[in-house]
Amino acid sequence: MSNAPVDNGRRRFLTVATSVVGGVGAAGAVVPFIASWNPSAKAKAAGAPVEVNVSKLQPGQMLRVEWRGKPVWVVKRTQEMLDGLAAHEDKLRDAESENEQQPEYAKNRYRSIKPELFVAVGICTHLGCSPQYLADSFSAQVQGVPSGFFCPCHGSKFDMSGRVFQSVPAPLNLVIPPHQYLDENTILVGDDSGVA
Amino acid sequence: MWKNLLDWIEYRIPMMRVANMHAIQYPAPKNMNFWYVFGFIATVVLVNQIVTGIWLTMNYVPSAEGAFASVEYIMRDVDYGWVLRYMHSTGASAFFVVVYLHMFRGLLYGSYQKPRELLWLFGMFIYLALMAEAFMGYLLPWGQMSYWGAQVIISLFGAIPVIGDDLTLWIRGDYVISGATLNRFFALHVIALPLVIVVLVFLHIVALHEVGSNNPQGINVKHPKGSLKEEEKTKYKIHEYYTSKYDIIDDVVPFFPHIVLKDLVAFTIFCAACAYVIFFNPEMGGLFLEPPNFEPANPLKTPEHIAPVWYFTPFYAILRAVPDKLLGVVAMFGAIVMLALLPWLDRCKVRSVKYRSGFHKLNLTVFAIVFVLLGWLGLKPATPTFTLMSQICTALYFGFFGLLWLYSKNENTKPLPARITK
Repeated sequence: MSNAPVDNGRRRFLTVATSVVGGVGAAGAVVPFIASWNPSAKAKAAGAPVEVNVSKLQPGQMLRVEWRGKPVWVVKRTQEMLDGLAAHEDKLRDAESENEQQPEYAKNRYRSIKPELFVAVGICTHLGCSPQYLADSFSAQVQGVPSGFFCPCHGSKFDMSGRVFQSVPAPLNLVIPPHQYLDENTILVGDDSGVA
Repeated sequence: MWKNLLDWIEYRIPMMRVANMHAIQYPAPKNMNFWYVFGFIATVVLVNQIVTGIWLTMNYVPSAEGAFASVEYIMRDVDYGWVLRYMHSTGASAFFVVVYLHMFRGLLYGSYQKPRELLWLFGMFIYLALMAEAFMGYLLPWGQMSYWGAQVIISLFGAIPVIGDDLTLWIRGDYVISGATLNRFFALHVIALPLVIVVLVFLHIVALHEVGSNNPQGINVKHPKGSLKEEEKTKYKIHEYYTSKYDIIDDVVPFFPHIVLKDLVAFTIFCAACAYVIFFNPEMGGLFLEPPNFEPANPLKTPEHIAPVWYFTPFYAILRAVPDKLLGVVAMFGAIVMLALLPWLDRCKVRSVKYRSGFHKLNLTVFAIVFVLLGWLGLKPATPTFTLMSQICTALYFGFFGLLWLYSKNENTKPLPARITK
């Protein structure tokens, strides 16, 4: 040990340098704990795309399939349903689908690739319940609109394109999942590579 | 022999010193009424939750495939398993009953005011940790309401701009609530949060004993050193930790046995009430255990009506009252933040409601009624009438804090007595 006077500048530098290195180390050590909460490889694999055959779907009918554990609806809309979509657009929050709740190719009045086939995630954008499909009794919810989707949890209402009505808790239109047609009667839900 | 053993221990760890300082010679105001039993009872409930919880984990299977069946197994096949489970589920609801009463005592007698701000904040953190603990515990039976209740609460985080969706994905560990979510909630419910709660309770009690207990008169029993005449000081043996810093007035009793015995009377009544629920009405009409939870979780089938367990419903009603999703979430968390800010929102120097203005009495009464009303509305479906009522109650809830801040600065209070009693 020398009797040299304390070099405060050097001492401060060493304190700061040690703290910074230690801090970076601590931050690095946190990474595994945070990152292990992400979906595992198994969960990601289970979230793979789903094929849907729509050849037997009649006009007005709905088909439910499961994709990533969520209900996905495939509805074959009737011509009346399609014609009615323009009539109530003044009552909708987002008639033009400005919010990005759908892929670019579904940003139209029908919110679908083919007008008659509607593909949507059947989960209310409010708090995640699954709305009911009211094919011909929806007018009890919105006068003059014969069919639509009604969420029993908190009363949110959507039209036959999954567009949300005004003055309900749900803020956004229903989500349209990425999807594509493999052939005339087969839809691949969850993957639109090659389309978009 | 006995004395020698105690001395041997005391020399090595301060057992008697701590017992004296925090119980046998702790000065408690002698006018503490029944509102002051809930802290003690909350501690007892915490012990009950920990002990019954440990025993439940011995038979519970934390997986999406096994959870529901293992709870049925505990209920039907494990000897006394149903008692342990009902003690745990009833204890959860009892915990919130007790904690809400404990908090309301703080509002009544201004216990959050200076110098008890940190004490109040620790209490609020316990309350938050308790809500997280209860929420995660409710997922574990993996029933329909477990599943869909968690779905609703986790999707609240999705309302946060930009990071919302990634955050909910990170919390769930999957694209939907799944076994991954169940297992992490189990880990947090049985290890992480209980540890946090126990540490917070310890800090809460340390902070309480540092500033001293408030009382229904809201006046101090500790006075500056040298300000009291000898005959005004308490004749009880009070620990020198307190007497060396303050003159303690003759309005206190030692916590043990005086206050403990009073707490034990309340504890007996509390146990009788809990025994009624556990043995005769464990579901409490669907409030403590909700009917849809007797059906296993099904991600493709939403129950007709999702309502959280009763102790969350006041805040759930506030969430639903706001038509905008993000603002609704902000209002819901804001309602809890307002409570935490009380020590700074209330600018009055008089603590107890007994000596405060008629307007404050009215404001506090309205607040209590509105809170209960919101709790009731949160259980009901969202019809237009109920939504309007929720909106009015939400306005009144926040109005309580706004008005308090306005009038408390120059409030027309009554003169405080010098002593609790002569």
